[in-house]
Amino acid sequence: MIRLTTPITEEQIRTLKVGDEVLLNGRVVLSRDIGHKFMKEQKPEWLKPILENMVIYHCGPVVKKNEDGTWSFVAAGPTTSIREEPYQADVIETYKVRGVIGKGGMGKKTSEGLQKTGAVYLHATGGAGSLLAERVKRVVDVKMLEEFGSPEAFWIIEVEDFPLVVTMDSHGGSLHELVLQQSQDRAKALTS
Amino acid sequence: MSECVIPNLTSNEVVASKSVLPAGWKADLADLKNLDLSLPVMELLRRTTSRLPQDVIQAIVKGRDAEEVGSRAFNTLNDMVRNINLADGQVTPLCQDTGSVIFWVRHPFGLSQKAAKAQIRAAVVEATKRSWLRPNCVESLSGKNSGTNMDPFHEHHPAIHFEEWDKPEVEVSVMQKGGGCENVGAQYRLPDAALGAGRDIKGVRKCVIDAVVKAQGQGCSPGILGVAIGGDRVTGYEKSKELILRKLGTANADPKLDAFEQELTKDLNTLGIGPMGYGGNTTVLGIMAEEMYRHPASFYVSISYMCWSSRRGTLTLAANSQPSYDL
Repeated sequence: MIRLTTPITEEQIRTLKVGDEVLLNGRVVLSRDIGHKFMKEQKPEWLKPILENMVIYHCGPVVKKNEDGTWSFVAAGPTTSIREEPYQADVIETYKVRGVIGKGGMGKKTSEGLQKTGAVYLHATGGAGSLLAERVKRVVDVKMLEEFGSPEAFWIIEVEDFPLVVTMDSHGGSLHELVLQQSQDRAKALTS
Repeated sequence: MSECVIPNLTSNEVVASKSVLPAGWKADLADLKNLDLSLPVMELLRRTTSRLPQDVIQAIVKGRDAEEVGSRAFNTLNDMVRNINLADGQVTPLCQDTGSVIFWVRHPFGLSQKAAKAQIRAAVVEATKRSWLRPNCVESLSGKNSGTNMDPFHEHHPAIHFEEWDKPEVEVSVMQKGGGCENVGAQYRLPDAALGAGRDIKGVRKCVIDAVVKAQGQGCSPGILGVAIGGDRVTGYEKSKELILRKLGTANADPKLDAFEQELTKDLNTLGIGPMGYGGNTTVLGIMAEEMYRHPASFYVSISYMCWSSRRGTLTLAANSQPSYDL
């Protein structure tokens, strides 16, 4: 088990390999569909210091506003990452992002982006909304809440021992590619 | 991470003590016109969002116990059980994607569907306010979120299917269908030359295998598949969803399809996709298939994929008794 704390250096990221189990600590920024389109098309400057050497989490949380005006996360598992495939590599390069958390894995373009910039794809257990929300210690801030709605806003959170598996590394390795290949071969055998 | 987590749901008594219904609340079915479904449906949603059905939990545990202890597949299924315990104990959503909310209402003659619809909608709005449901209803083009789970244009979400029946009971079933698993559903038109799938049960089997391989881990495997054989483009998909309400481990009434379901489940679990697509022996938890009519020119196979967090539940209101929940 590897403990990582954000911000993360390129050097740290380059040591990670597919299959490594990671416990992530520190600040993480949530973004999904509208956010990725926005980041690629508008390239807002104000996001740069927020994202540099940080980790993006593909997640649309269930949130609760507390009486004192602060927010809590009630459920916060990953959403399917492949929808961000058209945007992810550009986002990683533009904002020097070191990691992307999601589920289901991503494609070739993202893999190339991970290799070029020095970043990894970290897989969280889909559906484990309550379990993962428990590891969110604090909601630091939220951006674009009005514009994007709560499931799509840029939530900035602090996590503690957030359990992840490296499924795509910065050297071109992808567990998803491997499982796809093997399952396709097996499917051929089952249907021939 | 590799100790075996035992599923440990709170007792029915504890669940009932947290109910939003006033103690002793009973439905007056003699006065169907004035029946108010809003509170019992809210209670149903409180349960479905935080408690998985027993048959689903058992299937997940069985899958985990068939994986090698300490493997990624084992650990992932174990985390799923841990999440099930936690969500139930805290009454928090099992998954942050609380899904599109779909209802099936069966009722005797005399119930106003218009009134029932308004009450169910009110229950969904309130459940959203209480963070049991995430606001999941956005305008398609602008992406603007209504914030309430209400369809901003018409009244198509939550989807509510009504059916009048002869029983002196009102039954409300609900399914919370996540977007990730909805996205990996598929509809095929047989014959399909690319798959080499003809208009027979072998052809149907090829479609299901293809859909599961294409889904990989993206629908949050291990999944549960509803497979409608026939129908049209709408009725096929509609049926494939409704089929997922069936309990895992119950036999298909059609022995031919029962054998089909069991053999195909075994075959799919040799694909090696595993929980969340990490690899492993647990790719699907079950298949529910049903044969329908078709137009002679059409042969559709419609497949709905439900994630492992198969949130479904049924509320039954019978005369002079307290509402019963199967969760």
